[in-house]
Amino acid sequence: MQSTAWYTSLVLILLLSAIFIFVLRRSRDSGDAAEVARRAYAPRSKLFALALAAGVIITVVTLLPWPHQLQAGAGIDRVVEATARQWSWSLSEDRAQVGERIEFKVSSEDVNHGFALYDPDMQLVTQIQAMPGYINRLQHTFEKPGEYRILCLEYCGLAHHAMTASFTVSPN
Amino acid sequence: MSSSVTATATQSRERLYLQIYMGITLAVLLLMLLAGVALRAAQGTLINLPPDLFYQAMSLHGTGMVGIAGLAGVSIMWYFLRRYVALTPGIFLANLLLFTLGVVMILGAILLGGFAGGWTFLYPLPASSMGQWNTHAAAAFIGGLLIIGVGFLLFYLDAGRALLARYGSLGRALGLDQLFSGKVDADHPPTVVASTMVLIINILGTLAGAVILVMSLINLYLPAVTIDPLWAKNLIYFFGHVFINATIYMAVIAVYELLPHYTGRPWKLTRPFLAAWAASTLMVMIVYPHHLLMDMVMPAWMLIMGQIISYLSGLPVLLVTAWGTLVQIYRANVNWEAPARFLVLGVFGWSIGVIPAIVDGTMTINKVMHNTLWVPGHFHFYLLLGLLPMVLGFMLHVTRLPDSRIHPLLERGGFWLFSGSAAAFVVMFLYSGLHSIPRRFAEYLPAWVAQAQLSTLFGTLVLLSLAAFFILLLRRLAQVRMQA
Repeated sequence: MQSTAWYTSLVLILLLSAIFIFVLRRSRDSGDAAEVARRAYAPRSKLFALALAAGVIITVVTLLPWPHQLQAGAGIDRVVEATARQWSWSLSEDRAQVGERIEFKVSSEDVNHGFALYDPDMQLVTQIQAMPGYINRLQHTFEKPGEYRILCLEYCGLAHHAMTASFTVSPN
Repeated sequence: MSSSVTATATQSRERLYLQIYMGITLAVLLLMLLAGVALRAAQGTLINLPPDLFYQAMSLHGTGMVGIAGLAGVSIMWYFLRRYVALTPGIFLANLLLFTLGVVMILGAILLGGFAGGWTFLYPLPASSMGQWNTHAAAAFIGGLLIIGVGFLLFYLDAGRALLARYGSLGRALGLDQLFSGKVDADHPPTVVASTMVLIINILGTLAGAVILVMSLINLYLPAVTIDPLWAKNLIYFFGHVFINATIYMAVIAVYELLPHYTGRPWKLTRPFLAAWAASTLMVMIVYPHHLLMDMVMPAWMLIMGQIISYLSGLPVLLVTAWGTLVQIYRANVNWEAPARFLVLGVFGWSIGVIPAIVDGTMTINKVMHNTLWVPGHFHFYLLLGLLPMVLGFMLHVTRLPDSRIHPLLERGGFWLFSGSAAAFVVMFLYSGLHSIPRRFAEYLPAWVAQAQLSTLFGTLVLLSLAAFFILLLRRLAQVRMQA
C-alpha cells in the first residue's frame, strides 16, 4: 500500500511539474492574452468533469469494503486487548499464528496514543488510535511469521518514541 | 492641508506597522527554520538533543511556524484589502501586540517551563506530562495561544465590519450574488473574495479553538472537570485545520494582486473563480475529519465525508489558482524578477502538496501512512514550498524600489538553490513515509538515521539560501524602503 501511495504521488507530481516547466519555458515569449486565455480555459470544464468521475471511482474502490470493517464474532480467531499508558503497552496476549484473524481492542488509560503494528521488516501494516474512554477495534490477519512490533504513533510525551511492545506471529 | 498631513501621518504609521509585522515574521521564521533543521539533525544523530529538549523544540517549531504563518498571512491580507475597504490600523496593531504577548507566554512555557505538549495540545496531554512540565507551564502555553487567537479574531471581525460596510453582506463580498445570477463583475477584486472566505472560516475556526483552549485551561486547574477526548479532538482538528489552511488562503492574495504586475495580465474575476472560492469556504470547514480517519469510533459518515472532501478540495487549487497562474505566465513575456519567481513557486508548491494530501486522505492508505513522515511531507509542500515563497514574493515586492534589482547571483542562484533544496527536503519526508518512519520521534532506529541525515543536509541548504534573502529583506526594512 505504501508503494501505491509513493508511486501514485510521484507520477502525479512529475506530471504536474512537467506542465509547470512546459509553461515556464514559454513564459518569455509574447502572445495575445485573450487568445491564450481562450485556448487554456476551453478544456478546463472537461477536466473538471473527468476529475469528478475519477473521484467517484476512487471513492467506491477505496471505501468498499469499509476500511474499518469488523467481522461478526464467529470470524475472529483471537481477541487481544491492547491498553496504552504513558509509556508502555499492556497486551492480554502477545502471540498469534499466521492466518489467524485477530481483533485488537485498543484503549488508553491516560492520554491519546496510536496503536501501530509494524511487521518484522519494520513496515507499518495497520494502525488505529488509542483513546481514553473509548475502545477502538482493529482486525487484522497476519500473513507472515516473525517478530512484529507495536509502536505508538500519536505523540504522548517524553518517552513517546520508546513506547513499544512485541507481538510474535508463528507459522501455521 | 490639514487632512493631507493627517493622511500622510496615517500612511506612515501603517507603513511602520507593516514593517514590524514583516520584521517579526522574518525573525521568527529564521528561528523556527533553525529549530526544524535541528530536529532533523537530532534524528540523524548529528547533534545530541535529549528527548525532553527535542520535544520542546518540536512544540516550539510547530507552534511558531503555524503562528508566524498566520501573522504573515494577516499582513498580506491587510496590505491588499485596505485598498478596497476601510480597515482599522489600531486593530492591525492590536493583533500584533497580542501576538507578541502570546509568543512571550508560549516561549516562557516551553523554554522555562519545559512544556512539550505539541502545537496540537491534544487533550489531555497538557495535563498529563508525567512530571516533564507543571500545570502553570501548560496554562501559559494554552493561555498564550488563547491570547494570539483573540488578536486574530479582532482582525477578522474588523475585516468583516469593513466588508459589510462596503458590500452590505458577506455573501455579496464573496460574490455569491454574481455566482448565482451569472452576471459577473470582472472588476470585483479577487482580494475581497479571498478575504471574505478567510474571515468566515477563521472566525469559526478561532472560536472553536477558543472553546477547547478554555476547556483545557479549566481542566488544568480543576481536573474533576473533564472533557470528552473525542469531542476535544474534533474541536482541535477543526481549529487547527481551518487556521493553517487560512494562512495559505491569505498568502495567495499576494499572487492575485502581484503576479499581474510582472505578467502585464490582470487577474480578472470569473464564474469558476467565484464557484471555487465559495466551494472552498464550505469544504475547508467540513474536511477536517480526514485527520480522524484512524478513530473508528467517529461516525462513519464523517470519515467518508473527510475522504471525499479531501479529494474535492484539491480541485479548486489545481483548476483555478494553479491553472490561472499558468495562464498568467504562458507567453506573457514575464518580467522574472525575484518576487515573480517566488510567487509562482508558491503556487507550484501549494499545487504539488495537494497530491500527497489527497493520497493520505484516502482511508486505506491512511491506515499505513497516518502519523508517519508522509504527513509532514505533504504539509511542508504547502508551507515551505507554498506559503513561504508567497510571503517572500510579497515582501520582496513591497520593499523594492523601481531601480533596485537584486544581484543576479542571488536572484537566480539563491532562488534555484532554495527551490531545489526545499523540494529535496520535502520529498525526503515522503520517502521516509514510504518506509514507515514515524513522525514526532526523538530517537530513531539505526535503519532510519541515514534518511534524517540526508534531510538535514537539504534543510541546511534551505537555511543558507533563505538566509541570504532574509538579510536582504532586513536591510531593506531597516532602510524603510517600502511602497505605501
